[in-house]
Amino acid sequence: MDSPLAAHSVTLHVNGREHKLQLEARVSLLDALREHIGLTGTKKGCNQGACGACTVLVNGERINSCFALAVQYDGMKITTIEGLADANGLHPLQQAFVKHDGFQCGYCTPGQICSAAAMIEEFRGGAPSAVTELEAKDIEFSDLEIQERMSGNLCRCGAYVGINEAIRDAFEVLSR
Amino acid sequence: MNNFVYIRAENSQRALNALWETNNAKFLGGGTNLVDLMRERIEQPDAVIDITRLPMNQITELPDGGLRVGALVRNSHLAAHPLIRDRYRVLSQAILMGASAQLRNMATTGGNLMQRTRCYYFYDSAARCNKRTPGSGCDAIDGFNRIHAILGASSQCVATHPSDMCVAMAALDAVVRVTGKNGERSIPITEFHRLPSDTPSQDTNLNPDELITAVDLPNFPDARKSLYRKVRDRASYAFALVSVAAVLDVKGGRIQNARLALGGVAHRPWRATAAEQFLLHRPAEEKTFREAAELELQAAKPLAHNGFKVELAKRTIVDVLMELAGKAEVQ
Repeated sequence: MDSPLAAHSVTLHVNGREHKLQLEARVSLLDALREHIGLTGTKKGCNQGACGACTVLVNGERINSCFALAVQYDGMKITTIEGLADANGLHPLQQAFVKHDGFQCGYCTPGQICSAAAMIEEFRGGAPSAVTELEAKDIEFSDLEIQERMSGNLCRCGAYVGINEAIRDAFEVLSR
Repeated sequence: MNNFVYIRAENSQRALNALWETNNAKFLGGGTNLVDLMRERIEQPDAVIDITRLPMNQITELPDGGLRVGALVRNSHLAAHPLIRDRYRVLSQAILMGASAQLRNMATTGGNLMQRTRCYYFYDSAARCNKRTPGSGCDAIDGFNRIHAILGASSQCVATHPSDMCVAMAALDAVVRVTGKNGERSIPITEFHRLPSDTPSQDTNLNPDELITAVDLPNFPDARKSLYRKVRDRASYAFALVSVAAVLDVKGGRIQNARLALGGVAHRPWRATAAEQFLLHRPAEEKTFREAAELELQAAKPLAHNGFKVELAKRTIVDVLMELAGKAEVQ
């Protein structure tokens, strides 16, 4: 059996760039991003899957990076808050969060925005939520749906009104 | 977190070999419970066998009209699958009411079956807990036990099972498929999880040499008439105080078939067989539902802080059955 201290070769494709790392198995994806790659946009809130501040996208799906062992995600495509803007400027969600004051202290914001980006894709793909009528053909992008689908991201400043407005606004921009 | 040997398994035989050849090894799925428990040092495996790349992430139709759900199907994919939404709506609803979207994207079907209790004393290594350290005692029984069990508990342990998915599966008579040193076997989900008795450290009847490969959902047309309701301290992203999964078939105002399972009340998803038998062939009306709920909760033994769960469970059962009966009227 290998030593528990053995380093593992892990390749992460983060925001389109390849990173080859040597990591102990216990290093979380969150710590790999922040401490080993230097992308500190993703935040460590509770480190126990309760707050959503560490939300990143893996192959387009949102996950809590605090519960992810980096070695498990070897070879996968990761998108963090640093990867959402492009040559044309900020992502529509980032613009909408600025416009609608979707934050106060800003600590939960990277997680909120990454989560919302994936949430909009889930919604467009027809994925139901706990408040969706399962028989419904078309789901309305209502406040209730936004709140339920975003319940994994807490904002202790309580900027939820601005967050919801920003997400609704960005959804319309992205749907044009 | 203590360090550990990480083993990535490419197929289930390699995963099993690694399990059999390694002392104190654990399978790793989505990590939403195990990684947390390892960080808190409640679980301290010497080796972790990553099974997330095994080819067990498919939902396939069975010849008898049922469905086979691979052990690595993610909770979000299971809930959103068109056949699950159509045929087993109670299961979609239950999963969607559990955890958050991020966690459902990570959590697997097999991992959900294996998740451990959310009893605070189990998580607090300064507290006594027979589940974490057999023989040490239980600080929940005389402690703050608002979230604890009212049915089937023992003098050793009053923890509850936290899953929503498993409650719906109990109402559907799902079957857990496992493989181990003696080959494959099937375990009805109602026999998969245990009551605490005097061995609360054992959550399930899965043997230490076994791997969960799939969950089979039987062909069950009545499951289209099903409903899951979860009562909790906040509207989303919280564990159940009480939950009810129900299937109800009514013809000519009388109950032809009833399945009922409760969550948040016991060490395992609580299949309410006494209530089910009472309901059969009786009129589908509030009085019947209330009597059935009273009968099932007769055995309840509330603790100092969770007495509210007894009435809450009864009212939730009645409410769910009323809603299903109302839908039957309209059809």
